[in-house]
Amino acid sequence: MNALSDHIVIAPLLVPLLAGILLVLLRGSATPLRRNLSMLGVQALFAVSLTLLLKVQDGQMLVYQLGDWPAPFGIVLVADRLSAMMVLLTSILAFLVMLHAIHGSDRKGRHFHGLFQFQLFGLNGAFLTGDLFNLFVFFEVLLIASYGLLLHGGGAGRSRAGLHYVVINLVGSALFLFAVGTLYGVLGTLNMADLSLRIAALPADNRELVSAGALLLMLVFALKAALAPLHLWLPGAYANAGPAAAALFAIMTKVGAYAILRVYSLMLAPGAEGLPELVRSLLLALGMATIVLGTIGVLASRGLALMVAYLVLVSSGTLLSAFGIGGVEAMTAGLYYLLHSTLIAAALFLLTDNLAETRGRYRDRLQAGPMLPATNLLGGLFLLLAVAVVGLPPLSGFIGKVLILQAGLTNPWMPALFAVVLITGLLNLTAMVRAGSTLFFKTDPKASAAKLPEMDYLVPVIAFVVLIAVLVIYVGPIYDFARATALQLADPVSYIQAVLGDALRNPGS
Amino acid sequence: MEALIASAVGLMTACGVYLLLRARTFPVVLGLTLLSYAVNLFLFAMGRLRIGAPAIIAPGHSSMADPLPQALVLTAIVIGFGMTAFVVVLALRARADLGNDHVDGRRDA
Repeated sequence: MNALSDHIVIAPLLVPLLAGILLVLLRGSATPLRRNLSMLGVQALFAVSLTLLLKVQDGQMLVYQLGDWPAPFGIVLVADRLSAMMVLLTSILAFLVMLHAIHGSDRKGRHFHGLFQFQLFGLNGAFLTGDLFNLFVFFEVLLIASYGLLLHGGGAGRSRAGLHYVVINLVGSALFLFAVGTLYGVLGTLNMADLSLRIAALPADNRELVSAGALLLMLVFALKAALAPLHLWLPGAYANAGPAAAALFAIMTKVGAYAILRVYSLMLAPGAEGLPELVRSLLLALGMATIVLGTIGVLASRGLALMVAYLVLVSSGTLLSAFGIGGVEAMTAGLYYLLHSTLIAAALFLLTDNLAETRGRYRDRLQAGPMLPATNLLGGLFLLLAVAVVGLPPLSGFIGKVLILQAGLTNPWMPALFAVVLITGLLNLTAMVRAGSTLFFKTDPKASAAKLPEMDYLVPVIAFVVLIAVLVIYVGPIYDFARATALQLADPVSYIQAVLGDALRNPGS
Repeated sequence: MEALIASAVGLMTACGVYLLLRARTFPVVLGLTLLSYAVNLFLFAMGRLRIGAPAIIAPGHSSMADPLPQALVLTAIVIGFGMTAFVVVLALRARADLGNDHVDGRRDA
């Protein structure tokens, strides 16, 4: 813990934290200065995230003991492939969203940049921490920043959606603390690696209590991941948020999915009888229910933003079903789908904003509006994103779904899974075709002429499309990386050894 | 003492959940507050209930209270306090924006 390069693990936390503090201090200064500072923070974050990923991609686990307190007593940050991948994904998303925001939408309210950086701080902390209570704290950090971002810009719709979002998440936090308390009361530790060891050595009469705590945790993470029936907060919140906030929120449901993966790969691995199967079948069944409910929402949406929010719900359900299938193949497929669905959701929210700005007072409502200028560009982007999001070949949604279905072939739920994924895919395609033809082909003769789309706002969308193309072209290496990540997750022993190495070697000291 | 603490946690949770399900923002905020009180008490009790035990190692005492839940409760209180302040302001803002204090902003309810 001497070399400077050892501190790379905490760098993804420090960069946005320092940038955020500076932005709060400079809140009265000129807008260009704050934009440049915020952009610089995001770029530095990208650089350190990439460095971190390159360091851990050979399978090494970097453990950072805060204050140099040894592992089960102090709080640790742990960077393995999964954490580093999520941190890098966050920083890429943040960069492109910031590229959108600095062209004007950050000026619709105060403190956008500070909140944005604190949101990144919370997200990266949640991805890197190795301690359950610390995970709670970072959840709170990212949530309170997201409350601010959601309300950014104001308006009645945002206030109403924000109130629902805040209240449901506060209840979620209370449940999180109940779960943490139960686990601590029985096991006497909150370090995730140590929890794993102690659960394995638990006397049989305390198992029910730990199972209750673990399922309560699952409830909280399912709430964050918008798993049915805890999904009702998502469509309203995402559809009412400003474009930059909604695009950044594309990673928020993934925090829940990540926490499920992390906690359950560690806590349920050794000998917790029946519980891993229960969690998996719950994830699979409720994931499929989420897909169905999301699709109904997609079909019923009268605005494009709401439709995209429901598509986020569908992708969240697909992701959790993949994790529910269980096994390395399904996990690999899920991780690939996670990358795809985050990028595509953000791209769709930004494109929706472009369309809404261009259509003037018709906004994103799915009804005949003014004739759109630059139809080839806007329509082409919409077509590409629609193809990717519903999972048609040749784009990444198709690859993700094929991988998931392939992994599900041997699962007893296979017929249901295939039926749900394929039929909802068709229904979502229908809805997207209808939305596209309404937006681009039908015109209202009474409408005033549409504004020209601004290239500044389209650049991030195009960048997202390029990234989705990268997911398709480099599917081989990305698949290999996802597989290596899944293998690492399936082997909790290496994680425990990396975190508790010293404590395991000299027990009792 | 165990029975008293357990029933206090249970009662506060029950009242909190009941108030949360009300249709006006003010009872909802009160419900959240009660729920967070219940959580704090619960976390505190998870370090086991002891009377007269020092929180840090002191000479002459063979047993001591577990200091970790106390630290957790302190964190939870701070976060809960901040969140309550936020949700109160948000409820006022929603009252101003929507014209009434119904959680869905419905005038008829």
